[in-house]
Amino acid sequence: MKYTKEHEWMRVEGDLVVVGITEHAATQLGDVVFVELPETETMVAEGDEVCVIESVKAASDILAPLDGEIVEVNTKLVDKPALVNEDPTGEAWFFKMKIDDLAALDDYMDEDEYADFIG
Amino acid sequence: MTDHTTEGLKRLALHDLHVALGGKMVPFAGYEMPVQYPAGVMTEHLHTRAQAGLFDVSHMGQVILRPKGDMAALVAGFEALMPVDVAGLPEGRQRYGLFTNEQGGILDDLMFANPGDHLFVVVNAACKAADVAHMQAHLAEVAEVEHLTDRALLALQGPGAEAALSAWVPGVAEMRFMDVRVFDTLFGPMWVSRSGYTGEDGFEISVPEGGAEGLARTLLATPGVMPIGLGARDSLRLEAGLCLYGHDIDTGTSPVEAGLTWAIQKARRTGGARAGGFPGAERILRELAEGPERLRVGLAPQTRAPMREGTALFSPDGTPLGEVTSGGFGPSVQAPIAMGYVAASHAAPGTALEGEVRGKRMAVTVTPLPFQLTTYKR
Repeated sequence: MKYTKEHEWMRVEGDLVVVGITEHAATQLGDVVFVELPETETMVAEGDEVCVIESVKAASDILAPLDGEIVEVNTKLVDKPALVNEDPTGEAWFFKMKIDDLAALDDYMDEDEYADFIG
Repeated sequence: MTDHTTEGLKRLALHDLHVALGGKMVPFAGYEMPVQYPAGVMTEHLHTRAQAGLFDVSHMGQVILRPKGDMAALVAGFEALMPVDVAGLPEGRQRYGLFTNEQGGILDDLMFANPGDHLFVVVNAACKAADVAHMQAHLAEVAEVEHLTDRALLALQGPGAEAALSAWVPGVAEMRFMDVRVFDTLFGPMWVSRSGYTGEDGFEISVPEGGAEGLARTLLATPGVMPIGLGARDSLRLEAGLCLYGHDIDTGTSPVEAGLTWAIQKARRTGGARAGGFPGAERILRELAEGPERLRVGLAPQTRAPMREGTALFSPDGTPLGEVTSGGFGPSVQAPIAMGYVAASHAAPGTALEGEVRGKRMAVTVTPLPFQLTTYKR
């Protein structure tokens, strides 16, 4: 897994990148009550706001970690936003992206670097 | 997700206890306050409605007004600051009040109690310096204004509150909603009111700072009592339809617009025994007679997306009507809920409106307040 400074994780699955938020992020957000997902077949650029997560406390965005196309979204989160707290790095993935070059992931933190980052 | 700076913030007497309990401390009204404990806002909220929650509200201002001459002069002076019946408040009772300005706006909302030979006033933390100055300026001839800084204020709320507190202070079980009593306890002289700001039965307890930690630890050791942070305090009061000063009410809103007419007793209204004679009386009495131009209403978003403070509200034909002043998710009602101001023409329950969330207009329906039925012990 690779990690962004915005507390997202990325996992390669075939030629796709699966994106979610880290356990640290889910804990910080608190109980998630609403998730808004992007449309599939949308081209996004790194840093675009693609999802909205609302917890009992506040709203936050998930940014596209890479340039590419959103090809699949996890609609289970719409009906059961609490999954984000229950299983942030497993069942609660947000979307899958198709990107040109998987090598772009190399620029991101690995697990040890992310652990240092969140201290 | 950066750490909030705590520089220049005041600490509560129970600061170390909050940290020891795992409280996440954030700045609020000049204090470091626990916004939540490890259980989280949702659990804390639901626990308060199911059993009992302990809140530290020591940041709020506690003020004693002691008569310089006779009590009647103090009562009359205090009554001249609010559209509220102070003279009619019996000994041993508490009432909700609001300081108004000359324009009929709200300077602060508060609770005041009549313990017999003085008045005890509890005001909002963010307003307390201004409130104390306001009272000193207007009551100098009739009262000593004592801002107490050596007492903590705890709230114990929920259906289990009476059992938990009466185990240590048996007399509280006899109290009814808005009763106030003084008890000598092992934690010091305790000033108890049967009230709160969650919509639940419960108590607010003023206790000397030296006894506060003992009382808090004792209550927390009682089965069913859990510490509750500001996050759940906010969602509980929103479900109960209660106003948060600085959000739902401020100097720009009148008590009538805010739907707080229940706090304006007959004696102060046109035709009453002591009608008018408070700041902003002209506007407030006119709005009582003719109706205000806009009203605070409950709002039920029709999708799952919460409508937060600042969300603009429109009629379905696109006419701007007002905005949301408090909004979020109601853990007990399991849905997004909000309050806000809309033109009086669109304030009837059932009216279909739209709220703009992230650039999109979403359906929202005007709904009666509260969202969650209150369970006060009348």
